[in-house]
Amino acid sequence: MADTKGPVARPLSPHLQIYKPTLTMTMSIAHRITGAALYFGTLLLAWWLIAAASGSTTYSNFHWFMQSLVGKLVLFGYTWALLHHMLGGIRHLIWDTGRGFGPVEREWLAMATLVGSIGLTLLLWIFGYLMAGGA
Amino acid sequence: MVQLTLPKNSKITEGKTWPHPADAKHEREFRVYRWNQEDGNNPRVDTYYVDTDDCGPMVLDALIWIKSKIDPTLTFRRSCREGVCGSCAMNIDGMNTLACTRGMDEIGGTVRIYPLPHMPVIKDLVPDLTQFYAQYASIEPWLKTDTPTPQKEWRQSKEDREKLDGLYECILCACCTTSCPSYWWNGDRYLGPAALLQAERWLVDSRDEATGERLDYLEDPFRLYRCHTILNCSKTCPKGLNPAKAIADIKKTMVERQV
Repeated sequence: MADTKGPVARPLSPHLQIYKPTLTMTMSIAHRITGAALYFGTLLLAWWLIAAASGSTTYSNFHWFMQSLVGKLVLFGYTWALLHHMLGGIRHLIWDTGRGFGPVEREWLAMATLVGSIGLTLLLWIFGYLMAGGA
Repeated sequence: MVQLTLPKNSKITEGKTWPHPADAKHEREFRVYRWNQEDGNNPRVDTYYVDTDDCGPMVLDALIWIKSKIDPTLTFRRSCREGVCGSCAMNIDGMNTLACTRGMDEIGGTVRIYPLPHMPVIKDLVPDLTQFYAQYASIEPWLKTDTPTPQKEWRQSKEDREKLDGLYECILCACCTTSCPSYWWNGDRYLGPAALLQAERWLVDSRDEATGERLDYLEDPFRLYRCHTILNCSKTCPKGLNPAKAIADIKKTMVERQV
């Protein structure tokens, strides 16, 4: 009788290591990451509300942080994550209706999420600075 | 489970560089994944040089050329060489496709070839598709009816027949399913784009009478709803089908039967 061997430890073929990133794939993971980032952004929002409710000393601490470069960067990142996740959500709503799956539409929708979120973030900040400058 | 890196036994090492063909005027470099259970080593990537004047235009032609002229141990599946059988599905230049319908001129520079991603490897470019076929079988891809079988055939209007267009053409090559990151991480429970496209094919078939039963089977957080519309499936399908759209249509049917 032939010798029988145990089960073969087969290797797993490479995946992320070799797959060429696609735009829709990148936007999908960006949606996931921005969604996770929003949890932390919500903490920021909570801090703001609590600080505002707790009186001027607490609020001035918050204000000091948000005035700093790090604070501004965090807020800028939060704005982008929020808008990107919102546009991603709209894109998913469109796809949920069964529309926008054609080879051109799906790429367009993915690109629109990215361009739209960056554009809206910049617009919001320019608008914010103009408002602040005017006040 | 998400595991971004390869397990220890799957890490790829640098393999052998095979000699250049004699007197070749035009050469093309090929880097091909190799693994053989008998030598006990990790997978490696071998380098071959193909004489393109002596070889057909498709990637499959080059693989056959390598096997006949340089290295007879190179192993891959192939049969029809015209995109009908789906045997030669593999990852070429970072995308899953059929080696027989991908022209060498469509790829810039070195041609890199790997087996279909995130699958157990049997040998070289041959993946183990057992689970893939089992998942296809699980959607029961045959006509299911309760009414007595008619004297002649089951009739279908032209309009109803047209609903199967874009679904019935699938050749089950597994390019889409193995391009899907969601399938990579949850392939044991998520059915994957190919099986779901076939599920939709039977859901929309006017002659089929098991629609409710089929939907019940699919209504599961993993089997159907692990699709997160990443859309690699639709982009990679060598037959130009749209599995992502088929899955979205199943999800829609799921909602519609609730209301």
